[in-house]
Amino acid sequence: MMNNLIILPIIIPIIAGMLMVIGRNMLIFHRLLSLVANISVGLVSVLLIEQIRVDEIQVLNLGGWQAPFGITLVADMFAVMLVLVTAIVTSCCLCYAFSSIGIERERHYFYPLVLFMIAGVNGAFLTGDIFNLFVCFEVMLVASYVLISLGGTRIQLRESIKYILINMISSFFFLAAIAFLYGMTGTLNMAHLSILVAEIGEGGLMTAVAFLFLIVFSLKAGLLLFYWLPGSYSAPPPAIAAIFAALLTKVGVYAIIRVFSLIFYHEPSVTHQFIGILAAITMVLGAMGAIAYGDIKRILTYNVLIGIGFILAGFASFSPAGMSGTVYYLIHDMITKALLFLLGGTIIYLTGTGKLKEMSGLIRLHPQLGWMFFIAALSLAGLPPLSGFIGKIFITRGTFHAGYFWLGGIGLLSSLMVLYSMLKIFMNVFWGYTNFTEETEKGTTKGLLLPIGMLTALTFTLGLGAEGIHEYVDMAVMGLMDPSLYIDAVRGGNPW
Amino acid sequence: MKEPNDVILKTAAKIAAIIILTFSIHLFLSGHHNPGGGFIGGLAFVAAVVLLYLVHGIEKVQRNIPVNFKKIAGLGVLISVFTGVKGMMDGHPFLNQTFGIVDLPILGKTETATAVLFDVGVALAVIGASLTIILSISDDR
Repeated sequence: MMNNLIILPIIIPIIAGMLMVIGRNMLIFHRLLSLVANISVGLVSVLLIEQIRVDEIQVLNLGGWQAPFGITLVADMFAVMLVLVTAIVTSCCLCYAFSSIGIERERHYFYPLVLFMIAGVNGAFLTGDIFNLFVCFEVMLVASYVLISLGGTRIQLRESIKYILINMISSFFFLAAIAFLYGMTGTLNMAHLSILVAEIGEGGLMTAVAFLFLIVFSLKAGLLLFYWLPGSYSAPPPAIAAIFAALLTKVGVYAIIRVFSLIFYHEPSVTHQFIGILAAITMVLGAMGAIAYGDIKRILTYNVLIGIGFILAGFASFSPAGMSGTVYYLIHDMITKALLFLLGGTIIYLTGTGKLKEMSGLIRLHPQLGWMFFIAALSLAGLPPLSGFIGKIFITRGTFHAGYFWLGGIGLLSSLMVLYSMLKIFMNVFWGYTNFTEETEKGTTKGLLLPIGMLTALTFTLGLGAEGIHEYVDMAVMGLMDPSLYIDAVRGGNPW
Repeated sequence: MKEPNDVILKTAAKIAAIIILTFSIHLFLSGHHNPGGGFIGGLAFVAAVVLLYLVHGIEKVQRNIPVNFKKIAGLGVLISVFTGVKGMMDGHPFLNQTFGIVDLPILGKTETATAVLFDVGVALAVIGASLTIILSISDDR
């Protein structure tokens, strides 16, 4: 059935961003409008979630051209939940940016760029067409190229060259993979692809194409092919890094989950097991990095990698329990990663350094900051009653059920390493002798604690209210495990 | 220093610019049924403006066309998006297009389509974006 609401999460940010480009110098208007746009996207996605719960998967054929010929947008529970979390996380990061990003970056289109990136992210979540997935990836990436180099400090320029190069190469592979798939099936609509791949069968050539897609999305998600990530994510200022860590890699993860649950799901012993192996290696290498480094930004970026590995470990098990763990943990990870990067950024902002050895005793002057960091650390490690707990349980159970004991084991070990690395930061930064006073501080926490507090409250609520969103997570998992629901919704009764 | 003698270049550019601009409008209008459209028409328009930049220098052209191309690009995208939103308001899907045959004074019976409005937006966005890119590359400060 047709539902025009689905387009709104994509066009609201674009309209708001373009209005800001036209009214360039009204910065107060930029701030207000960017926040209003994000909140309205959040409200739209709440409406959509309710409609999906009552009705079914919602579909919009743009311009009235029927699928598989036109461009289709598909809103299933999984996608819309991610749109909602994106809106929440971005609103918090924007609040943080208001008082930390600096007037120069604001004048150089910081808010429009964030909004264009969000339009790309939401588009990637909602599209039902694999070529449009590519387009939305590009929209998101082009905005992120500018955001990563915005400000033009030396480290930013160095890292942005690597970032742009690696993403250009992976986009090229993405396009090639789409071309191969189109050559073999003659369609780009994901629901139609699902039917045709099921008919043709996932033979050798089709599996090769599947692996090509896996390489592309792994590069974007930071699954094993992550060597570009720690550098790139520690270059931009905290508000931007937090949005990157929370959203960009998760779009890659979403693409892996969507493509390998809707199109290439016939040979799980080949493709999904391989994803599991990649996830395990990513967790091990990420844990090594998180333990080895003594620099806050590095530790946090390696924790991003562990999170990616863990989410995909649940997906690799390809069982209902593992999938619900994946959905829970994906939502949790988006919130906590944003929270941690904002906290880390605040610590660096206060002390003027990222080296753990050079700071201590911060808790005497900033008790709230310290305790919120502690909560974030426990949440990341998956301690109850915080939001990471339920996801960890389900993912571990899913991997054990599927017989991947090694994968579940590595996942649990990596959580310990996460806890160790986070407590290392906590003890070094907050405990000990206070080696500076309020006068020698490099900045203030004025205006920074509010968004951090909101995210901390959110990880509490999500942990305590896990039961409340269980129904929605179940619907999301049902849609992922049974592709025919998605296909029927897109087909809308037409014979293909 | 003596100014270089570029009378031939300036004269030729004047005629060429007019031809290119006319052709860009032709490309733009033929876009509905034949090859062409907002994107190509916009690019051809940009080619004419760039020719003027090369011949007369950036300052002189900017004095005569005093517009901010970034704003033109923003306006173009807004026009395109709002033609899509218009369909939504009437209860059709986003980007729904309609057309009708109307009697125009000189042209006689002409097919008019709302897709043209969308294309106007595309053309403005392309013109604005490409000229912004070209101007920022040429300006090496």
